[in-house]
Amino acid sequence: MDKAKSMVDKKGASGPFHVNNGQSQKVFHSHVMVATNGSCCSSSSNAFGSSTVPSGSGTFENMHHLHRGDDAECNGSPAKRCRLRRRTESVRKHRPPFPWFGMDIGGTLVKLVYFEPVDITAEEEQEEVENLKSIRRYLTSNVAYGKTGVRDVHLELRNLTMCGRTGNLHFIRFPTQAMPRFIQMGRDKNFSSLHTTLCATGGGAYKFENEFRMMADLELLKLDELDCLIRGLLFVDRVSFNGHPECYYFQNPSDTQSCVKKPCTLDNPFPMLLVNIGSGVSILAVYSENNYKRVTGTSLGGGTFLGLCCLLTGCETFEEALEMASKGDSTNVDKLVKDIYGGDYERFGLQGSAVASSFGHMMSKEKRDSISKEDLARATLVTITNNIGSIARMCAVNEKIERVVFVGNFLRINTVSTKLLAYAMDYWSKGQLRALFLEHEGYFGAVGALMELLKTTEDP
Amino acid sequence: MAECGRVDSNTSHAMDKSITLPPDEIFRNLENAKRFAIDIGGSLTKLAYYSTVQHKVAKVRSFDHTAKEAAGGKLYEISMQEEVTARLHFIKFENAYIETCLDFIKDHLVNTETKVIKATGGGAHKFKELIERKLGLKVDKEDEMTCLIKGCNFVLKNIPHEAFVYAKHADSEFRFQTTNPDIFPYLLVNIGSGVSIVKVESEDKFERIGGSSIGGGTFWGLGALLTKTKRFDELLQLASKGQHASVDMLVKDIYGGSYGYLGLTGDLIASSFGKSATADKDFSKEDMAKSLLHMISNDIGQLACLYAKLHNLSRVYFGGFFIRGHPVTMHTITYSINFFTKGEVQALFLRHEGYLGTIGAFLKGAEEDNPNQYSWGENYAGSSGLMSVSPDMNPMQRARSGTFDMLEMDRLERQLVNLPLLQDPSSYIPDTVDLTEDALAREYWLYCFEEALDGVVKRAVASQPDMPEAALRAEKFRQKYRHKLQTLRQQPFAYGSLTVRSLLDTREHCLNEFNFPDPYSKIKQRENDIALKYYQKAVKSLDELSWEEKQFALVRGVLAGNVFDWGAKAVSEPAFMPLGGQTDFCIFFFIPLSERPWLVDSYDQWLERLKGPPHKCALFFVDNSGVDIILGVMPFVRELLSRGTEVVLASNSGPALNDVTNGELQILTERIAAMDPVIEAGLREDRLLLVQSGSSSPCLDLSRLDKVLAMVVRERQTDLVIIEGMGRAIHTNYYAMLSCESLKMAVIKNSWLADRLGGKLFSVVFKYEVPAGKPNKDCGAFSPS
Repeated sequence: MDKAKSMVDKKGASGPFHVNNGQSQKVFHSHVMVATNGSCCSSSSNAFGSSTVPSGSGTFENMHHLHRGDDAECNGSPAKRCRLRRRTESVRKHRPPFPWFGMDIGGTLVKLVYFEPVDITAEEEQEEVENLKSIRRYLTSNVAYGKTGVRDVHLELRNLTMCGRTGNLHFIRFPTQAMPRFIQMGRDKNFSSLHTTLCATGGGAYKFENEFRMMADLELLKLDELDCLIRGLLFVDRVSFNGHPECYYFQNPSDTQSCVKKPCTLDNPFPMLLVNIGSGVSILAVYSENNYKRVTGTSLGGGTFLGLCCLLTGCETFEEALEMASKGDSTNVDKLVKDIYGGDYERFGLQGSAVASSFGHMMSKEKRDSISKEDLARATLVTITNNIGSIARMCAVNEKIERVVFVGNFLRINTVSTKLLAYAMDYWSKGQLRALFLEHEGYFGAVGALMELLKTTEDP
Repeated sequence: MAECGRVDSNTSHAMDKSITLPPDEIFRNLENAKRFAIDIGGSLTKLAYYSTVQHKVAKVRSFDHTAKEAAGGKLYEISMQEEVTARLHFIKFENAYIETCLDFIKDHLVNTETKVIKATGGGAHKFKELIERKLGLKVDKEDEMTCLIKGCNFVLKNIPHEAFVYAKHADSEFRFQTTNPDIFPYLLVNIGSGVSIVKVESEDKFERIGGSSIGGGTFWGLGALLTKTKRFDELLQLASKGQHASVDMLVKDIYGGSYGYLGLTGDLIASSFGKSATADKDFSKEDMAKSLLHMISNDIGQLACLYAKLHNLSRVYFGGFFIRGHPVTMHTITYSINFFTKGEVQALFLRHEGYLGTIGAFLKGAEEDNPNQYSWGENYAGSSGLMSVSPDMNPMQRARSGTFDMLEMDRLERQLVNLPLLQDPSSYIPDTVDLTEDALAREYWLYCFEEALDGVVKRAVASQPDMPEAALRAEKFRQKYRHKLQTLRQQPFAYGSLTVRSLLDTREHCLNEFNFPDPYSKIKQRENDIALKYYQKAVKSLDELSWEEKQFALVRGVLAGNVFDWGAKAVSEPAFMPLGGQTDFCIFFFIPLSERPWLVDSYDQWLERLKGPPHKCALFFVDNSGVDIILGVMPFVRELLSRGTEVVLASNSGPALNDVTNGELQILTERIAAMDPVIEAGLREDRLLLVQSGSSSPCLDLSRLDKVLAMVVRERQTDLVIIEGMGRAIHTNYYAMLSCESLKMAVIKNSWLADRLGGKLFSVVFKYEVPAGKPNKDCGAFSPS
């Protein structure tokens, strides 16, 4: 933070721009954006205009990339001059240069969205620098990157028009632990020579900022994760999932037999309670695209599920943990109301099948010795999921919001949890609340970050 | 969920009988016991019974007026009578002792006609057969939550300083809350194996508004899996030593620092166990236990806050085996509540939390006796008090207190209520100094009471010259009280906030326990006798003064009279003996009171006030017998009556030190009336009333007064309250704010206290107060309801 300030101070002292308040920050910022692009087009001055949140530290830090006033651009090797022209054109069309990335660096996973233009003209193709081409080829021709990187092909949004360009949006994820290797790759591929703005959100945008700069000579445009989440979510919902609705819910959530997934639209999405389940959980009350508040959060999230599962079962991955959970029976681990009262606890209207004490049976040694790893995994999953459901429900009631939207990578390939959440919302609210889910679960932050890059041209 | 963690049946450690249980010291008064209730939890059993206690009380009876001379000039006779009072016994012991205890009870249960025993708790089912077989009583199960709430209401209403806030790093870990007579509505978060969140709106109306399956059972079960540690207490021990940051993913692990934008600090837990999602690292048991404790405490705290907010409740009590006096869990819950409500809601804990179930079950069974119609008082002599200091500091203490623990409550003869004239009953704190928070003052007073013990023992023996075993009893009293003082030195919070009042009350309870109901009875009798002889002379000399001189002399008289106090150390010293002896009592008027201006001096305002219209009715809380009441207070009362003010004299219901009791005061007033037409007319015309305060303490708690007194105060539209003496006006009520005029008068007879208040020994406090912005009318607002 201090560093950021001092940079601004320095800038303020030596350059023509002074930071006095939030207003001038925006102006300041957009100017430099332009400067980075090597053009003087000032029509794109609405750079940060739409953020509802008062520009705090985040905005300050966002300016780091600005001062990379690229002297090199003005000396002119032919190739560079060529690039300059292309970018100038791009800017003329209010469009940032390729490649277009949005990145969300979470506590456990890095989510990356990549826009692959499919309307490249022959001239463009010719002008396209080699490493840009190779990035495109590398990302689009593989579904796995290294040991841990994965492209969720089934989520790909095809023939999407963004910023006047048509292309496919690819969804890629890899563990945050692999971040150093990713940065290394950025250096090896000489990513910095492309002069794109790398828009990043999530805590890692702050944590790895220095490494990006030091190792790969890259400056991140750091964005607030909740801003990005909401923006990305609304965008994907708007463009729909290749012609199908992005959103779905469960019909008959209280009946396992007839419980079915049903697509739906978020036509009139506000207000909504947005529950983002990543490593931890954030709960937001969203009243419009730019008006939201973080209601609360809990540390019992996806990270807790996986962390406890690793300790209890020795598993190593989320997939493994979920696989085990799908085969286990949590009632061997949890103490149910009927285990205590022999049936329903009528005095309080509690069903006998309700969980009275998560892991309650594990107080007994015999029971500890008789359960399987699968049972433990299932109990962990059910415990975490029910708890999130319970807190979300309380928040919905407190905030008087009936629509509860669950997102985040904890829900990936996790129908146990989605169904349980749908059931919990319906049952405990006596049908008042509806749980909604989105197909692109954990990628909205990254999409939102990409949109920030394209923002200058979103609404000319 | 209400169920209190049923333990694994094979926790063999619990059968360790190396600590022997002395049943005869624990199950007291079993001979007269009736009505049993039992609450069997995961590891502890709580037994309750009602018993009658026979003990001696001192009664005074006026001699027949005509036979007066024959009785050697004495005013009245003192007799010791047996009185039967009701007492509630609550005993907590480990489940391992259940059989031994049941056997003992069976053997000693003689007079009972009881056929059933009310039972509650998760273990009640398991031990049903054993209880029925051993005791021959039918086990009658009661709903756990109902019992819990009933018990909670009972302790909140009857035990001052029941609830406390826990502050780990403060000077005193426990901050006791003043009893608010209006206890509803509140939220009770019961953390057993699961969590139940109950909203309590009235005695009979409560609702389980929510709960969670993540509770004590989750900590225990998951903790056992993760650490291979079986016992709940051991898990807590592990947790108190661990570092959760090695297991939890903190905000700074994700952000590299704080998430300043949302005001989330870097040390905040972003994901519990978030760092353990890796195969290539080992985590210590301590760290995992700590992380688990944080996870569960935070989660419960968060839910509690959400429910408190939704139902707009600010009082949230936490109980259940997860809490049960464990400093670690009280700390983490408190931390969580503070975090989630930003201080708007305080986490409150209860001193007798472990007894709630059994108290409630007992009350269910005793409904025909209407226990809720009475007021009850904690008997300090028979109760163990709160034992939990942090277990690390004093593990032995904890182990012992886990073995057995007792609570005894006496049924008070009268129902106690607030003085209707308290400005704000909810913020009224009787005691001036909280010794729990003031270590220096604590040291001093504990020392003082220890020093005085020999004298008290001597006087107790002397008060019963006809009883040869009195010396032995007195010795037992000495041991008991000394032990209490030692306990309080270690755990000042054992009975709530430690105060001079609680130290005095504990002494009275201990004296009563060993049948020394009134060690000062004879001294009081003699003093009263002598003082009466000077009454007419005193009144006459006062009447000779000019009006203004007289007003001062009256005030001076009350103050000088108050110097005669056998309870005060300085006065009982040899230098003062002549004053209390046979010396001419005219010396009373020459007592070396300090010159004005006094230490606190609003005499001028008082005098000004006296020039105005008379008060409608004055309530006078009197202090000592002898010179104080007869030559100090009575002339003052006489003047008030003459002015046209009605007077209510409030004196103690039972004996305490040399304070005049209501019984004694009745006789004294009659005798004075015989000599003084003003007093006589006052009594005859019902303008002078003698009412009991409901207290048997040398101090005064204006929130626990006899209901009748409160009624009289309202009916008479009392507009002046006079409080006299060190115990009532300095140790207590010095800062009490009343809604009408008040006068606090005392002479500071303790050099340490005088020093504290910035004065010298025998400094005078004369504090006349008029409530701000309210002249004399406000008392009219209290119409009888």
